[in-house]
Amino acid sequence: MNRFLWPLAIFVLLLVLLAAGLKLVDQRELPSPLVGKPAPAFRLARLEDPEKSFSPQEMQGQVWLLNVWASWCVSCNREHAKLLLFVGKVPVVGLNYKEVRGDAGIEVSRLSSEAERQLASERAVKWLRENGNPYVASVLDLDGRVGIDYGVYGVPETFIIDRQGIIRFKQVGPLTPETIEQKILPLLSELQGSQK
Amino acid sequence: MSLRNCAFGLMLILQLAGALAAPPTAEVDQRLQSLSGELRCLVCQNQSLADSDAELAVDLRREIRRMIEAGKSDAEIRDFLVARYGDFILYEPPFKPLTLALWLGPLLFLVLGLGLLIRSLRRRGQENSES
Repeated sequence: MNRFLWPLAIFVLLLVLLAAGLKLVDQRELPSPLVGKPAPAFRLARLEDPEKSFSPQEMQGQVWLLNVWASWCVSCNREHAKLLLFVGKVPVVGLNYKEVRGDAGIEVSRLSSEAERQLASERAVKWLRENGNPYVASVLDLDGRVGIDYGVYGVPETFIIDRQGIIRFKQVGPLTPETIEQKILPLLSELQGSQK
Repeated sequence: MSLRNCAFGLMLILQLAGALAAPPTAEVDQRLQSLSGELRCLVCQNQSLADSDAELAVDLRREIRRMIEAGKSDAEIRDFLVARYGDFILYEPPFKPLTLALWLGPLLFLVLGLGLLIRSLRRRGQENSES
């Protein structure tokens, strides 16, 4: 009897382990190594006024959100209304990610870099005018180079950055009511409450 | 004689200059290929960076090529990517406390299995000698 029970027990144990493993693998979301690290520096021209530039250093001393988006990104569209809720509560900076290059419908190789910038700027401005602008500042990351520094691999992505310029949270994919309620708002009030 | 010396000197200089200049394209290609073969594409997680046509993979290959051409070592390039995307981008996980069970687990099972095998062989031997 024992001879048959043992293999069966081991088999069941294996099944349970594999099922648990499948569930783990199913979460495509990856922990970001950037949480707890200083927000990578960059300097890009502002969308509203290309003469002026924006750099994360300017936000030193405030808690702020960095939202990575593009007008071709379908889930950014869905997320947008939630971003508008933050207006007046916490500054949100928009990092527009590969506005032109990311759009599969456009052949970028035919465009000069000036034409690409022009087109990206027009598209982004139009989109923000139509959908509402939740951003205190917007910048264009035309080639996605800044995106690489922020480990962006699926727009939209949202970062919470504290007064010291440290990334405290990263959300890959659209903000959902649950993440806003359970993670973002508590973290924001904790960060904003500490040492004014 | 002096002409020969001169020619030899010239050759030496040319070779040195060649070594100092950017690595040749074929070598860059080869390193890019082998390096991106051991890195995971994050968008399509079952493909390597070398195989994937996803946009991010194309961008990252461009970035790796730039770093190779700038003379960065493979380890430096790997560190650059891990700092941004995490260990997950490596197909071969690093050896650290978190992955101890992963690396040492198989060894443990081997020792365990060998132990069981030896035990059962001994028992069988005893049974045989008794009968």
